[in-house]
Amino acid sequence: MSHGFGAALPAEDGRPRLPGSLHLNRRLSQWLEFHADGRVTLKPGKVELGQGILTALSQIAAEELDIGFGRIRVQSAATPDSPNEAVTSGSLSVQDSGSAIRHACAAARAIFLSVAAQRSGVPLEALRVEDGAFLGPAGEVGSYWVLADSGLLETEASPEARPKPPEARRIAGTSVPRIDLPDKVFGAARYVHDLRLPGMLHARVVRPPARRAVLQSVAEGPLPEGVQLVRDGSFLAVLAEAEWQAEAAARIASRALWAAEDTLPEEATLAAWLREAGGRGEHSLVLERADSAAPPAQTIRRSFHRPYIAHASIAPSCAVARWEGEAVEVWSHSQGPYNLRADLAKTLRCAPEQVVVRHGEGAGCYGHNGADDVALDAVLAARAVPGRPVRLLWSRAEELGWSPFSSAMLVDVEADLDAAGNLLGWRSDIISNGHSSRPGRAPEPTLLAASMLAEPFPVKPSINPPLVGGGGAQRNAIPVYRLPNLHVGLTRLLEMPIRTSALRGLGALINVWSIESVMDEAAALAGADPLDYRLRHLDDPRAAEVLKRAAAMAGWAGRVKREGFGMGLAFARYKNSGAYAAVVAEVEAAERVFCRRLWIAGDVGEVVNPDGVLNQFEGGAIHGASVALLEQVRFDRQRITSDAWETYPILRFSEAPAVQIELIARPEAPFLGAGEATMGPTIAAIAAGIQDALGARPRALPFTPENIAAAMEAAP
Amino acid sequence: MPAFTLNGAAVAPDLPEDASLLHALRGPLGLSGTRFGCGTEQCGSCMVLLEGAPAYACTLSLATVAGRSVTTVEGLGTPAAPHPLQAAFLAEQAGQCGYCLSGILVSAAALLAANPDPDEAAIRRALDPHLCRCGSHNRIIRAVRRAAAAMHGATA
Ligand code: FES
Ligand code: FES
Repeated sequence: MSHGFGAALPAEDGRPRLPGSLHLNRRLSQWLEFHADGRVTLKPGKVELGQGILTALSQIAAEELDIGFGRIRVQSAATPDSPNEAVTSGSLSVQDSGSAIRHACAAARAIFLSVAAQRSGVPLEALRVEDGAFLGPAGEVGSYWVLADSGLLETEASPEARPKPPEARRIAGTSVPRIDLPDKVFGAARYVHDLRLPGMLHARVVRPPARRAVLQSVAEGPLPEGVQLVRDGSFLAVLAEAEWQAEAAARIASRALWAAEDTLPEEATLAAWLREAGGRGEHSLVLERADSAAPPAQTIRRSFHRPYIAHASIAPSCAVARWEGEAVEVWSHSQGPYNLRADLAKTLRCAPEQVVVRHGEGAGCYGHNGADDVALDAVLAARAVPGRPVRLLWSRAEELGWSPFSSAMLVDVEADLDAAGNLLGWRSDIISNGHSSRPGRAPEPTLLAASMLAEPFPVKPSINPPLVGGGGAQRNAIPVYRLPNLHVGLTRLLEMPIRTSALRGLGALINVWSIESVMDEAAALAGADPLDYRLRHLDDPRAAEVLKRAAAMAGWAGRVKREGFGMGLAFARYKNSGAYAAVVAEVEAAERVFCRRLWIAGDVGEVVNPDGVLNQFEGGAIHGASVALLEQVRFDRQRITSDAWETYPILRFSEAPAVQIELIARPEAPFLGAGEATMGPTIAAIAAGIQDALGARPRALPFTPENIAAAMEAAP
Repeated sequence: MPAFTLNGAAVAPDLPEDASLLHALRGPLGLSGTRFGCGTEQCGSCMVLLEGAPAYACTLSLATVAGRSVTTVEGLGTPAAPHPLQAAFLAEQAGQCGYCLSGILVSAAALLAANPDPDEAAIRRALDPHLCRCGSHNRIIRAVRRAAAAMHGATA
């Protein structure tokens, strides 16, 4: 999973370059610890989001150390001791953390072996490692376990360490079963939600009836016995001994008096509002080139629109907090413990050292959701009861109604074709709120409750990370197809009625879809098959290979038109620098559109865990199908109204498409990440399938009967 | 203090009658396998078996379950003695975050008890009350089929 803008690239700091996050976290003891009982603790700064990262990182460590996989225990990230790997996002975890761990373990292995060689007198070249034991010609001369307490890891990783060559790998590159899955299949207490500390109280937030509403007064009348009310400005919470009491009390307390105003745009005219607010926005140039002065023979002009999209994680966000004196400890399913710590400290106006954040798992995380916000809520509630842990759980309505959303967007495209129908020029303009308001990056905290306090912090409009960091709204906005002339512009809204941040794919969802949709139209004008047309505009052989592979899997060349069914094909390289994915979709147009089958070919560079990548690819594709067909945040002028599963439906078992995936093996190539690669091309392939089935190209997400009907009316 | 049978043992949680079974399970009964997702019968995270039939623990009052028998995911099997479904979910690596799995496993157990050889459409129907945001649907369907085959003694 891991979505959004990952670790910032470390600046050139004059120190020898170390791979991934190791560069800024250079001490080996930050990453691993050997124990005399034959175990190894691995301490990544990246966190498990349901994507299987801890399993993949353990494989890399076991591989380089030459130990059995079962010897590894993973310690969840926590401040202040874990390596600071910023945020687990952007499909960068294996690049950032895997590269670091691979190098750190190779360095550790070399240190231990050289000490064993010195002590035993056996030459280094005559030593090998077998499941942690150092073996010479005459037998064992030491082990990680014997030397566990010698302090050998209290040193910086050497840039000279040499990880194994790809052909020597035995564990990395195989489908080791997920280490977290048994707990989840047997119902063990695995999530932050399950944490039970002695003396723990339960808390709920009482939400205002409208965005930006101001609390006037708390309702008169008694609360159930033992219930405590916590108020700071417009932040209102209840605390109780038992969870059911907290829920009952929250219902009673919700009769508070609030001053509310209309602050949200009109949903029915959202696209028009984006355009209008864009006029007051901040304009920037993403990329421009002009290599050809040839006049275009024809021009395609199209506009694309998408609504706000919700994370819609299956578990509402949760956190546990406990104050002791001036210090607070927080258990959280945040994507970035250090970043959360920074924003908690800013909000509390204290030093970061007074805050400890410990990561615990939540349900699937697809970007910057409510995890950080609920951590502040728990901290504020727990401040009223020093010494007692407080567990604060959001409701379903808070999760769907108050988490950050992925921004609504508009994209205008103009594509020029030459006389032969080939691409000559491309102009696109993107209008969007920013796609990141992650904590820990701005001078002021971005956590939800920070703006509700008696001494509130302002809510700044979200930003777009620069393209070198993957971009936000402009992610994947630059077509990878050969284009002599190109102009991509971006307008970031400077007003943010609905709070936006990173969600799986960010701007890539609409950018990939709009590019692929126009490519299909251009192919049609050129009288070419969509596959051939793409291939003749691609210079990257890896891109061509996934396209050809997906087409072969789906029987694209021999496809037969069936009444009510359609097939579409699409491609993207995530962030234009990450994983390659080509998708063929089969859709059925019945009372509404269903996606029945998906054929996907991918290239993610080196694969640490093939089954894990397949799982991520498929999960992203089904997530994409859900966004394509169903998802849309609803609101009136005051509040989000799609705050239940009834009003924010996602794809169900009866609607999930069959998925077939093939990965192209590239053990020598760098890791490219997998979690977000398939979502954009899946949406685009479904749109193309709808055109094939119904003869209309959708121009607005989601592809509901209403939006498709509008496209049919607008069809030229 | 309503009494009922939980995973084969008699229990009587110290909660009022109108408290939900889910609060009782996750609170005084100390079983966190049954998850909270919505509280309104819309996601299936909290599914348990009431007298063998799937039921939403988030809206079941303790008064309703009094004197009856409840099975949760913890009652299906253990790591040492897994239910064939749990073994099959691990074999298929059916899950990502896993939050949806407890409810899905008990619904699938009820399905297989009623229909030992369900086809794919029957599995999809039986699991339709359950939401999975991670997109593990197809693996889960394969796992249920694998378990059905294993329970027949056939090869999966
Ligand atoms: S928590 Fe019971 S159905 Fe969602
Ligand atoms: S595995 Fe995450 S919701 Fe199903």
